[in-house]
Amino acid sequence: MNLEPSHFEYLLRLADNALILGQRQSEWCGHGPVLEQDIALTNIALDQIGQARMLLAYAGKVEGKGRTEDALAFLRDAGEFRNLLLVEQPNEDWGYTILRQFFFDAFNFFLYQELCDSADAELAVIAQKAIKEITYHLRFSSEWVIRLGDGTGLSHRKMQEAVSDLWMYTGEMFLPDAIDEWAKDAGIGPSLQAIHVQWNARVREIFKEATLELPESGWMQQGGKQGIHTEHLGYILADMQFLQRAYPGLEW
Amino acid sequence: MNAEQLEKTFQDKVDAEIRIEPRDWMPEAYRKTLIRQISQHAHSEIVGMLPEGNWITRAPSLRRKVALLAKVQDEAGHGLYLYSAAETLGVERETLIDEYLYGNAKYSSIFNYPTLNWADIGAIGWLVDGAAIMNQVPLCRCSYGPYARAMVRICKEESFHQRQGYEIMLTLCRGSEAQKAMAQDALNRWWWPSLMMFGPHDSDSPHSEQSMKWKIKRLSNDELRQRFVDVTVEQAHFLGIAIPDPDLRWNEERGHYDFGPINWAEFWDVVKGNGPCNRDRIRARRKAHEEGQWVRDAAMAYAEKRKARQTAAEAVASPTPVATYS
Amino acid sequence: MKKDWPLWEVFIRSKNGLHHKHVGSLHATDAQMAIENARDVYTRRSEGVSLWVVESKYITASSPNQTESLFEPADDKIYRHPTFYSLPDEVKNI
Repeated sequence: MNLEPSHFEYLLRLADNALILGQRQSEWCGHGPVLEQDIALTNIALDQIGQARMLLAYAGKVEGKGRTEDALAFLRDAGEFRNLLLVEQPNEDWGYTILRQFFFDAFNFFLYQELCDSADAELAVIAQKAIKEITYHLRFSSEWVIRLGDGTGLSHRKMQEAVSDLWMYTGEMFLPDAIDEWAKDAGIGPSLQAIHVQWNARVREIFKEATLELPESGWMQQGGKQGIHTEHLGYILADMQFLQRAYPGLEW
Repeated sequence: MNAEQLEKTFQDKVDAEIRIEPRDWMPEAYRKTLIRQISQHAHSEIVGMLPEGNWITRAPSLRRKVALLAKVQDEAGHGLYLYSAAETLGVERETLIDEYLYGNAKYSSIFNYPTLNWADIGAIGWLVDGAAIMNQVPLCRCSYGPYARAMVRICKEESFHQRQGYEIMLTLCRGSEAQKAMAQDALNRWWWPSLMMFGPHDSDSPHSEQSMKWKIKRLSNDELRQRFVDVTVEQAHFLGIAIPDPDLRWNEERGHYDFGPINWAEFWDVVKGNGPCNRDRIRARRKAHEEGQWVRDAAMAYAEKRKARQTAAEAVASPTPVATYS
Repeated sequence: MKKDWPLWEVFIRSKNGLHHKHVGSLHATDAQMAIENARDVYTRRSEGVSLWVVESKYITASSPNQTESLFEPADDKIYRHPTFYSLPDEVKNI
């Protein structure tokens, strides 16, 4: 296998997760349940988009075709995006958004801990900066899962529903394909099986405190990492890329 | 001291530029005026998140996206600082929010205009934030301490907002014909509403005189509006776009720009609820508030449960650890 | 059920070596959330390295009615200030 395409693909996965989730979170800005939390979630969105920018810029450099962060964000079609299906799922309500965030943060936290020691020195530097943000994100989303799970009858019911809706998007995170194996062998990325074990333990711990039931492991959706997405991504991009597509080649 | 003496002591302090603090005696009308003004200001910040928020997901570059997101977030922060200042006057944030979502409390009418193209984001930063800064800088010396302090913080943070907006305008004006047309279109639509932001003419401004005496207001509506026009005209020239006012010209004698008559009928109509977006704005804010209720309730219920559990646990365990602070 | 989140006062130490200073207030359900909200609301521009929060109802304030008796008696105790003592200019480092 050619080294650089895999490297580029691997970085795109990290970048697109951050970008698409950041885009989703930013939809909340101005619509949060209380001012303090509107501000808090926007901080997380800013962190994610900041990480996406560093990763996209670096991916573009690795690819070596002169594509900038904006070219990668605004001029790829859905099939070229490499984010997990989980992060493109709609916000629905605060509980749903928080749970999506928690499932992702728990994965991202253990992943980035490993990436801090990546054989790819530039990625390691990005990860070392990002892990501070992600540590806070995980704390934030864990606390909210507990609050809502163990809050009122209504909030508990809503969270349990969100769990059953989102659970099928969690399997993909830990299912390695050729790119993940390449990254592991090159010492660039970690073993996803190992991350899965850590993730499971953390999710169990938080769910227990939140009095939420963990679903039976059922059928898991997959395809995001390979560019086969849910219908939602097309609309996210239609929004995000509108100006760049309607008025090609301009400075903004 | 009788009421008259209290009132005199109060006014002497205000005249001597001594700030009034929350627990100091103040006339009831002063308190009410402040609550009205500060809460209107807070509501404006919050409603003001919507027209700009409208473009967050569509910002044309990632750099613009983070800048816009941070700016709209700042507005949430400013609303929060202002609600905090109002709360020092003995009124709760929830009550104030109810008054504008379900009652008659007002917010700045400018936010009842739509953001139709990307240049509107530039125009809002440049003109609307520019006008807001003009209004707000004198409020940093407002006689009421908590309001003045909130304004100091807000003005510090606002300084990037206007630059952000002007930079967008500048980029568009140096761009393609289509981009320049966007910029001109945005200026055409935002210019007059921006001038209206300073409020009615001094002669038609019912609360102004008393507010000046109390130093809640420092400069008159017309003075501030003139200042705004004088600085903004030059900035529009630099951009190379035209201000939509045929009567606009330099008046050598006055040392100011003259400008055409403002359409006050439109202003009052928008205040009354007939602007292009009044209904949408209130609907969006109500939706956020109502859909957030279960979240706020759940968080409160959880905190109370946890506290009860802790109290129960502490009753069993002994001795109670001494809290330390650092 | 409708119960509003309580109000908290926020104090920030802007850098080590300085006192915590009151900056404003916010709403939160408990102390932990208050700290996190304070971080998100009041330190977005690196304003601090340490936070204190206290539920507003626990603050006891002196009454402005007592300003005269509490604070004015200190005004004429000028001997507490170094300028009260006159020394010749020739004396240095004191």
